[in-house]
Amino acid sequence: MKAGHPSATGRPIRFYGHGLPYLGEPSVTGRLIVIEGPDASGRSTQISKLTEKLEAEGHAVVNTGLKRSELISQGIIDAKRSLGTGKRTLSLFYAADFADQLENKIMPALHAGYVVLADRYIYTLMARDVVRGMDRKWCHELFGFAVVPDLIFSLEVSPTELVHRVFQRQSTLDFYEAGMDMGIAEDMYYSFIRYQKLIATEFRRMEKRYQMIPIDGEREPLSVELELERRILGFLAAQTT
Amino acid sequence: MTRARGDGEIGKLVAVEGIDGSGKSTQVHLLEQWLRHGDVRVFKTEWNSSEIVKEITSKGKKKGRLTPTTFSLLHATDFADRYERNILPLLHAGYWVLADRYVYTAYARDSVRGCHQRWIRSLYSFARKPDIVFYFQVPVDVAVDRILSGRPKLKYYEAGMDLNLSNDIYESYRIFQSRIIRRYDSMVKSDGLVVIDGSLPIESQQQIVREKVSALMPDAVAARVRGSPGIESRAS
Repeated sequence: MKAGHPSATGRPIRFYGHGLPYLGEPSVTGRLIVIEGPDASGRSTQISKLTEKLEAEGHAVVNTGLKRSELISQGIIDAKRSLGTGKRTLSLFYAADFADQLENKIMPALHAGYVVLADRYIYTLMARDVVRGMDRKWCHELFGFAVVPDLIFSLEVSPTELVHRVFQRQSTLDFYEAGMDMGIAEDMYYSFIRYQKLIATEFRRMEKRYQMIPIDGEREPLSVELELERRILGFLAAQTT
Repeated sequence: MTRARGDGEIGKLVAVEGIDGSGKSTQVHLLEQWLRHGDVRVFKTEWNSSEIVKEITSKGKKKGRLTPTTFSLLHATDFADRYERNILPLLHAGYWVLADRYVYTAYARDSVRGCHQRWIRSLYSFARKPDIVFYFQVPVDVAVDRILSGRPKLKYYEAGMDLNLSNDIYESYRIFQSRIIRRYDSMVKSDGLVVIDGSLPIESQQQIVREKVSALMPDAVAARVRGSPGIESRAS
């Protein structure tokens, strides 16, 4: 086994804000790695490849993502269907869903020494809210309970390339991924392009603040994969030696 | 029929706070009836009553899966839904909005559960400050007796059992409620809560509430509302 053992003592967990005060000072031995990027940016493919690779290297891996909490995800789907659900309501709902995942899945896994691969994290949620006019400060404070990841990658793919990738898989664009709720264009194609540009701009703004690593996602999937692997394995090796 | 109208002016927001059994719901009901009799457009909203969130909160409670943070966020979602759907539009339309519990409930409860006070306040920073907040202050034993005499079966989260205060659910409830009282008391000054002695007779409390509320009204409206039958006249 090439990978070293995580140290048994653990290290204090870092939060963006006030954290989860009722947990005292939890320590973890695992690592949290986040892959961000829009739909069709290749996120899921990369995550399954990375999972295989990390497991082959002897790391135990847990996958997590947004809107996957058993408790709340159905509520979000219903709320989106219900007319008149406001944007602040939805963003708090998503935050509740994320908190459920964080406390019931991510934290226990980090505590047990797993590498947690997150298919998107709070940044997507914040970007969506900010482009819809919510206050950046409010969004940032809202996620003050979130654990600071060890590594954050942002897969960057231009909106026009994204459209083609989506159309290769299916004949329609997703209503929300096209920002159709925002009324920014009459045509779904132009709405998608404009919306994805707004999201990408917000991500670039966040890159510095949250120390994200931009990854060119327009290359061949294999070269993206090799770059991610190199960076992640390099990071993990540096931590265990 | 003449009605109190907004005329472009924003309505008034009145909130009532206090622990379970403090009598606040009775008081807000009487206030609502009085305003209605005076032809004031009124809307009452209750904590944790949004249709889209209710089911999830109750499911989570049954499963015992809620952490202080998810508990807090679900209540904030509930509040935001009522705020975006009802409270704010109605205020803009000139309605009087009566809130049976408002953000102070979250400040008190969620911080007792261990969430950070500043985080809770930032969550609710979008909420408009009420024109007046009544805090019905009662000794913990009085409130607990009122609750237990009417409804002896306590629920897990309601009793604060998730906080491991005591293995006895009644004891846990009492400790939990007394901690919430301490939080409310600490907000009286900082948040300008108007304290009403909840151990006074119902009628006397209501009289104080109505006097304070009248002070928020334009004179003409106040005169009309005062002229409508109140509990005093109906009681006599």
